[in-house]
Amino acid sequence: MPAHIGSIRIQEADFSIDEEYKRLRIAHPAKNGAICTFSGLVREFGDREGVTDMFLEHYPGMTEQSLQLIINQAAERWKLNEITVVHRVGLLCLSDQIVFVGVSSAHRADAFAACEFIMDYLKTDAPFWKKECHEKGSHWVEAKESDQKRTKKWS
Amino acid sequence: MMKILFFASLREQLNTEEEQWKELNGALTAGDILTQLQTRGEPWASALNGDRLLVSINQEIANLRSKITVDDELAFFPPVTGG
Repeated sequence: MPAHIGSIRIQEADFSIDEEYKRLRIAHPAKNGAICTFSGLVREFGDREGVTDMFLEHYPGMTEQSLQLIINQAAERWKLNEITVVHRVGLLCLSDQIVFVGVSSAHRADAFAACEFIMDYLKTDAPFWKKECHEKGSHWVEAKESDQKRTKKWS
Repeated sequence: MMKILFFASLREQLNTEEEQWKELNGALTAGDILTQLQTRGEPWASALNGDRLLVSINQEIANLRSKITVDDELAFFPPVTGG
């Protein structure tokens, strides 16, 4: 696999799972046996109940670099055809899409595992920060020990 | 010129997102820079006191013992919470 495998996009705009899926599907025609996709959404209960909006901050440059590292690790570990990571930043509303990870492979086991691996590492290594907004104000989301545990299980 | 960036809750507490230093005032490591920032008094001392503070050098995760030069880009931030 080349060093710059995959597609990484950090954007304010929404994304279409349909479009992302189509792109993965046509990227390596006849070689794909499986495509696994994950999407993460803004929900009403985060660290506290009653979330109304969310603000997502990131470290431009380092974010792309850290996601590239994660993708490269996944590509070394499993046999993958194509990888897409899209992460939104800025102001997001309830039930908005936050993140998309899509992986194509010859076999489902590789696609499932790589998709989960990328999401787990994205959670603990990529420099994004969420701020949850409520009716009474806002607060920065605390990093979770459970996320660290999920990432550690891959090592 | 050293660039020092702050993100998320840290950026808000310090009311600063970036500063530039022409000289390192004898600092050799990221930890030395942190110490100089902490000695400014409040809110710097409290905001930069957490044991969960992360540091990066030139956009790669580093630690407080990591060596620095005046051309580096340093960043301090809390644990990440994306996804």
